[in-house]
Amino acid sequence: MFSIVRTLWDVFRHSFQRRVTRQYPEQPAYLPPRWRGRIVLSRDPDGGERCVGCYLCAIACPVDCIALQATEDPTGRRYPEFFRINFSRCIFCGYCEDACPTYAIQLTPDFEMSEYNRQNLVYEKEDLLISGPGKYPDYNFWRVAGVQIGGKDKGESEREERPTDLHSILP
Amino acid sequence: MTSPHPMTALVGILVVALGIASGLIWLERRLLALWQDRYGPNRVGPFGLLQVVADMIKIFAKEDWVPPFADKPVFVIAPAIIMVTVLMSFAVLPIAPGIIVSDLNIALLFFLAMSSLGVYSIVLAGWASDNKYSLMGGMRAAAQMLSYEVFMGLSLMGVVLLAGSFSLVDIVHAQRKIWFIVPQFLGFVLFLIAGLAESRRLPFDLPEAESELVAGFHSEYSGMKFGMFFVGEYLGITLISSMITILFLGGWMGPVLPPLLWFFIKTFFFLSLFILIRASLPRPRFDQLMAWAWKLMLPLALANLLVTGAVTLAFYR
Repeated sequence: MFSIVRTLWDVFRHSFQRRVTRQYPEQPAYLPPRWRGRIVLSRDPDGGERCVGCYLCAIACPVDCIALQATEDPTGRRYPEFFRINFSRCIFCGYCEDACPTYAIQLTPDFEMSEYNRQNLVYEKEDLLISGPGKYPDYNFWRVAGVQIGGKDKGESEREERPTDLHSILP
Repeated sequence: MTSPHPMTALVGILVVALGIASGLIWLERRLLALWQDRYGPNRVGPFGLLQVVADMIKIFAKEDWVPPFADKPVFVIAPAIIMVTVLMSFAVLPIAPGIIVSDLNIALLFFLAMSSLGVYSIVLAGWASDNKYSLMGGMRAAAQMLSYEVFMGLSLMGVVLLAGSFSLVDIVHAQRKIWFIVPQFLGFVLFLIAGLAESRRLPFDLPEAESELVAGFHSEYSGMKFGMFFVGEYLGITLISSMITILFLGGWMGPVLPPLLWFFIKTFFFLSLFILIRASLPRPRFDQLMAWAWKLMLPLALANLLVTGAVTLAFYR
């Protein structure tokens, strides 16, 4: 009997305690920088697209929500002709980011992407592309890759030696 | 003393009672949230007050569905019974001097009769649903409410003895010197517990225990039929709180403030207490519930009646 009254009193004392609720839209929650949220396509520091259309993200994706078509520009640089992520399927696992060899696809700390129309959850390349380099500000794939493209010959990448002239090392 | 304008009082009490009952849904959610360190509904309108309106619109828009296996006429009439019986009881409540629909000389018996009739609503709902959980809920409600009815009536007889009348107006007037909560404290506690059981509030919500019986007697109900049960329950709480105020706390009596305000303050105190009890106490087992009623509450009520009778006989004759 006493315990019932004490329980009532203990519960009543909660009237004067701080509420733990966070009033979400007004007081946004802190999201860590590595939060796996909305997927973006980043650019090199010089503004070019990082994505080289290697399809690794589409293969890694466990729910098959990424679709793209690779193509080449006149200088031989690969890029996706279209790049489409269906966010109504995406489970935000981050495998695409892990698979990406050029740091192009990145997950960002943002989850506020609700839509009234399901079709609007299909993001095209222009919706995904951002203007900056994302989490890797200094990385430039085409500057470190030993691939020859227009304006950059073999051996002109960073930390790359010029190709050896085979005829010069004959015995 | 009858009301000078019974029709005005009727409409006024009806509107206010229904308003309080629906406002109570909001109050309960906010208070429960307060005691659980949350906010509760606070988005729709000022302090979330319009949440009730939004819920009402939603519940009216719901499909009014009768299961094909249900006993249709009984299924339909069951939710109406609880509303009717509870609202009938409001007719005999003296809210303030002159604000009463009908000053029956047997008002207290009328209240007890109406709350007994309310059991039919639950039992019929459980029976007509043709669902084992509903039936078990209905059976539990029948057993629980009848058991608690017994000592609820007996716990009030002490008040009747002291006031010498079954009329609620006379009972309020009899508390001019001292509120009956002082000489009848045991009766007050017993009536409070019986009232909780009678309105099927949380420690005694065995008929609709959601962890065992889905939703008990109203498992099969949806839309406004469910809304009737819901509002009926809150009306029942309002009724019990008003009755406690009238029977034990001197009704509208109080210094300085106008009588109507005193009545509402006292009633709201008990409404909040009911919600606090809901927030705090766990649900007992059903056999414990019945054992409490018959082995503890009933003897206590009888003893209370016996002592009150003896004292009244010895000193007030």
